[in-house]
Amino acid sequence: MELLKISGSPHIHTDNSVKKLMYGVIYAMIPAILVSVYFFGLDAVRVMLISVVACLMIEYLVEKYLIKGNGSITDGSAVITGILLAFNVPSNLPWHIIVIGAIVAIGIAKMSFGGLGKNLFNPALVGRVFLLISFPVQMTSWPVPKPMFAASLTDAITGPTPLGALKEELKKQGATVQKIMEDGISFIQDGEKVVYHIPSTIDQVMGNMGGSLGEVSAIALLIGAAYMLIRKIITWEIPLAYLGTVVVFAGVLWMANPEQFVNPLFHLVTGGLMLGAFFMATDMVSSPMSSKGQLVFGVGLGVLTVLIRVFGAYPEGVSFAILIMNAFVPLIDRGFKPVRFGEVVKIKG
Amino acid sequence: MGLLKTFKLGGIHPPEEKRSKDQAIEVLPIPKVAYIPFSQHLGAPAKVIVNRGDLVKTGQLIAKQEGFISANIHSSVSGKVKKIDNVIDASGYRRPVVVIDVEGDEWVDGIIRTDEIKKEVMLSQKEIIDKINENGVVGLGGATFPSYVKLMVPDGKKAEVLIINGVECEPYLTSDHRLMLEKGEEILVGTKILMMALGVKRAMIGIENNKPDAIEHLTKLAANFKGIEVHALKVKYPQGAEKQLIKALTGREVPSAKLPIEVGAVVNNAGTAFAVYEAVQKNKPLFERVVTLTGKSVKKPSNFKVRIGTPISDLIEAAGGLPDDTGKIIGGGPMMGKSLSSVDVPVVKGTSGILIMPDAEAGRKEVQNCIRCSRCVTVCPMGLEPYLIEKTVIVEDFERTENERVMDCIECGSCQYTCPANRPLLDYLRLGKNKVGFIMRTRSKR
Repeated sequence: MELLKISGSPHIHTDNSVKKLMYGVIYAMIPAILVSVYFFGLDAVRVMLISVVACLMIEYLVEKYLIKGNGSITDGSAVITGILLAFNVPSNLPWHIIVIGAIVAIGIAKMSFGGLGKNLFNPALVGRVFLLISFPVQMTSWPVPKPMFAASLTDAITGPTPLGALKEELKKQGATVQKIMEDGISFIQDGEKVVYHIPSTIDQVMGNMGGSLGEVSAIALLIGAAYMLIRKIITWEIPLAYLGTVVVFAGVLWMANPEQFVNPLFHLVTGGLMLGAFFMATDMVSSPMSSKGQLVFGVGLGVLTVLIRVFGAYPEGVSFAILIMNAFVPLIDRGFKPVRFGEVVKIKG
Repeated sequence: MGLLKTFKLGGIHPPEEKRSKDQAIEVLPIPKVAYIPFSQHLGAPAKVIVNRGDLVKTGQLIAKQEGFISANIHSSVSGKVKKIDNVIDASGYRRPVVVIDVEGDEWVDGIIRTDEIKKEVMLSQKEIIDKINENGVVGLGGATFPSYVKLMVPDGKKAEVLIINGVECEPYLTSDHRLMLEKGEEILVGTKILMMALGVKRAMIGIENNKPDAIEHLTKLAANFKGIEVHALKVKYPQGAEKQLIKALTGREVPSAKLPIEVGAVVNNAGTAFAVYEAVQKNKPLFERVVTLTGKSVKKPSNFKVRIGTPISDLIEAAGGLPDDTGKIIGGGPMMGKSLSSVDVPVVKGTSGILIMPDAEAGRKEVQNCIRCSRCVTVCPMGLEPYLIEKTVIVEDFERTENERVMDCIECGSCQYTCPANRPLLDYLRLGKNKVGFIMRTRSKR
């Protein structure tokens, strides 16, 4: 007879795995992928393909020639980084810039720390912020979304994002939120006067507005988020604390001065907040471990996001907020321990 | 029915796999040779009082308790002592045993062998405790702590409630379930005896909701017993762990490094309550118990009443033989049981089941990097951070290991079960407990 296996308990194991979790995240991104293709057409497919292939290639090369690991390429995490990086850039970004982003994301932010599980910062966001600072023009020329079956077939024109337009316009003398919402923003493009209207709330929710590939449609992102919550791939703490803080903070500002500060709903559905709150802040590797710590992390994200959006130099603050809070994770993990069994009794008696 | 009780913190839901739950308890034939270890309990091994060539009867004392935390060992068979030898036990080490060549089955005088249920208890508190001690009763839930010690409440502490553990939260195991169904009344009498020994007016029997028949049966019977309540509990592992069960039933949390008596509770297993009944009412020493023999490929998953010292190969034969695809044999359940290195290992007082796992499921999966998913933290019923303790053990920073309260770990295995990166978390936690325990003992000696 063959020898019996000997090991310590437990002798059974969940059928969950890293791979299953990662593919779960990928499935959750499908609605947002479809919406991005609907609004930005083949350009969206192009950006996503280049990004994913570049991320996979770089992970493979680093793994094979530099760290000589044992092939983590199939675990799906590089695919997620690739899709997220694509989600965070405009659809007309030249291919070489995408590749540079992938090199920074996978090569520097992930693999140089030791690969999956070891990185301090969200790789896709490191790549994205690197590109934003290095290629500010290309990274902020937003193609106007063009629904797939719409009649107009003109060349892709670019326009601002709602957040960016509002922020610029509010700097002008006498501008109020209401006036901008009603009259739109006029500016000169190619010698012609163009009026940009802030998209309606419905358009904002559906995704019919300028912005990065994957961030535009709040509804598609929420469907994916619901899937991840139901399958318990992510937990509710971070997104709830994050979005809740944004609503409260932006709401207080709005109530104090509705002429200068836009309402919290606008903050919720524009920019990268939904994408950030559900798909990037919840990245397991770079977020806190305890439930208390996750709530603190979410509150910090909300405060930083609104601060940057309202008072900072950039119109959008989600990426910076997440990266800054990523740096606080080790500290949060030390400060916010889980509730321990028998602890309450000990304090009392 | 309202919301069912359970413990709050952590916990997991492994597949239940209670394959043998409908199999009535069968009496296994007496073995040809019995191997009875000296140490079948927590604490000091008992001292052998028989010699080679001695004739012994079933139920005769063959090894006497040594010290306070120890237990008597009785012969489970009648026959001739062949030798005192070392055999491999469930721990994988060679341990001393009394080997007895079985001849017939002659019981010592005084044991009442009828099945008639004797309800009246005419003994004092001290007499009950002495009888339980004399008859070698230990906790049958797995820890095998000598039962009489638990019944002697230390000065300054007061027992308020007796808790009977009928949870059986380990997947596969059904021995307590069957015992509750078939020997319900005896268990309740045993419970009454334990209440008298402790001087408590209230007993709570906790049973998980996946055993509705046992809950119904005992609830019906308990109507005739004053102060005994039966509580259905929501299924969640590790509810059978002492601290978790107390929390589920009473809402009280036993403080770190303290015993249940700190919150006025004493916990005994349902199987132990039955053994107490037999010891006190029938003068019968603990020399046989119910053992579940089960597994996915086992032809006939069964519950056997087995004499202590029977090699597990006898049980395997009786359940249809060792399956061809066997990869691992576990003494106990799949979450906390020990993998056995041989089929010659004898059944001891703490053997609640034997689980035979197919080879395909017996191995461990490839270990990957921790992805900090925090599942181990979420499921830990003690509120520990297994991933962090693992790290401190790997870098041998045992001071930190101790500060992270590794000694609170109850080794339930929930963290390792749930880890998607297949990390051997409990291996490291055990290593940490071992090292920290050594450091603590050294410190207290100084």
